[in-house]
Amino acid sequence: MRETMAVEAIKKGTVIDHIPTAQGLNILALIQKRDANAQVTVGLNLPSKGSGRKDIIKVEGWLFSEEDAGEMALYAPLATINIIDNYKVVKKFKIGLPDSFVGIFACPNSNCISHPEPVPSRFKVVKKEQKVRLRCHYCERTFSDSLFK
Amino acid sequence: MANPLYHKNIVSITDLTKSELELIVQLASIIKASGSQPYLQDKVIASCFFEASTRTRLSFETAVQRLKGSLIGFSDSSNTSTRKGETLSDSITMISSYADAIIMRHPKEGAARLASEVSTVPVINGGDGANQHPTQTLLDLFSIAECQGTLSDLKVAFVGDLKYGRTVHSLAQALSLFNPKFYFIAPEALKMPSYLERDLKEHGIPFEYLESLEEGVQKVDILYMTRVQKERFDPTEYMHIASKYVLTAEMLQGAQANMKVLHPLPRVDEIHPDVDASEHAYYFQQAENGVYARQALLSLVMNEEIKELTDA
Repeated sequence: MRETMAVEAIKKGTVIDHIPTAQGLNILALIQKRDANAQVTVGLNLPSKGSGRKDIIKVEGWLFSEEDAGEMALYAPLATINIIDNYKVVKKFKIGLPDSFVGIFACPNSNCISHPEPVPSRFKVVKKEQKVRLRCHYCERTFSDSLFK
Repeated sequence: MANPLYHKNIVSITDLTKSELELIVQLASIIKASGSQPYLQDKVIASCFFEASTRTRLSFETAVQRLKGSLIGFSDSSNTSTRKGETLSDSITMISSYADAIIMRHPKEGAARLASEVSTVPVINGGDGANQHPTQTLLDLFSIAECQGTLSDLKVAFVGDLKYGRTVHSLAQALSLFNPKFYFIAPEALKMPSYLERDLKEHGIPFEYLESLEEGVQKVDILYMTRVQKERFDPTEYMHIASKYVLTAEMLQGAQANMKVLHPLPRVDEIHPDVDASEHAYYFQQAENGVYARQALLSLVMNEEIKELTDA
């Protein structure tokens, strides 16, 4: 079965492709947090040439910026963003890890000051030897990326 | 000389460079030997202890008084707006409009960082939860420099609770700038956190775990003792474990002449009172040094020029 038949094509919007399986719903949650009315189609465990299986998300009417995509990077750093206009891909880029995440994930440290105070959470991305960790700007603790997935 | 600490927030020990640490130690030494100038005259310092801490608060407040500053503040949050539900951000915004600097302790980790970002005056962290307590590290560094004549190339053993002890973490981070060798002596359950071991490896700092306290005593210049807390173990396990980490005067017989024992205090059972009379005991001088180290820090944060350092 061809991939294009698994999820319906969109006229204008964004397709996030090559999402690792099991991360699609995490990304969906972030999209809905940003825009609860976003029109979204989700495909889970679809066949993929490279990695066997993948998730895919199509968002109608919302053209992702690189900043929008960066928010999703922890879940799918190798995913591809396709910007679609009139059913054609007009821009394509990899998500890539940003230097920091602001206001996206709650700090896993329950005693961190970011919880009771009216401030967005802030993490610095620390990438060493293929491992990604997030260091909280406030409590200074460093967490494995798996804690956020 | 330009004072790099002038109007700087002191939140985390890792915010300070090697030369800034040396500057504070140098001034603390001068103040201890010769007294200090009234560097806080006409300044109002807010001492905000959202969580009680006798030693840290009294030491800070003594330092402010010796520098001729005035104090406002509170020693716990029970009678403050915090109990009414005011956010820390609002409290600090308000206090920073009254005072020239804020000394604060807070039970939440990251509180001092947040405060430094909303305050219009310098914030000095007197402890934020289990995270940082930079002035404890400054007084530890001053005590080490004082009793060893240097901070560089020292062999330092950390003993006891290395997992939860923030004083150990911060001191290890600060000493890492001075080419140390570390020995760790701790129960399996209270070993150094893996992220700190990783940091040490990345910075090329040699460290090893030793089986016994006796072995450590023979090898080092500084023996940094900490308390193994009862609540981390069941009572029988605690008796067994804690007894392995008790320092006695007898154990000190093979120590190097320059070896000194430090402890952030309060101690419970981990240093036998018979050690107090030993020439190796240095923990009470260390506690006294808290005032000089804090005087030095406050002087540097609140004054662009420090006469003693210009003359030195």
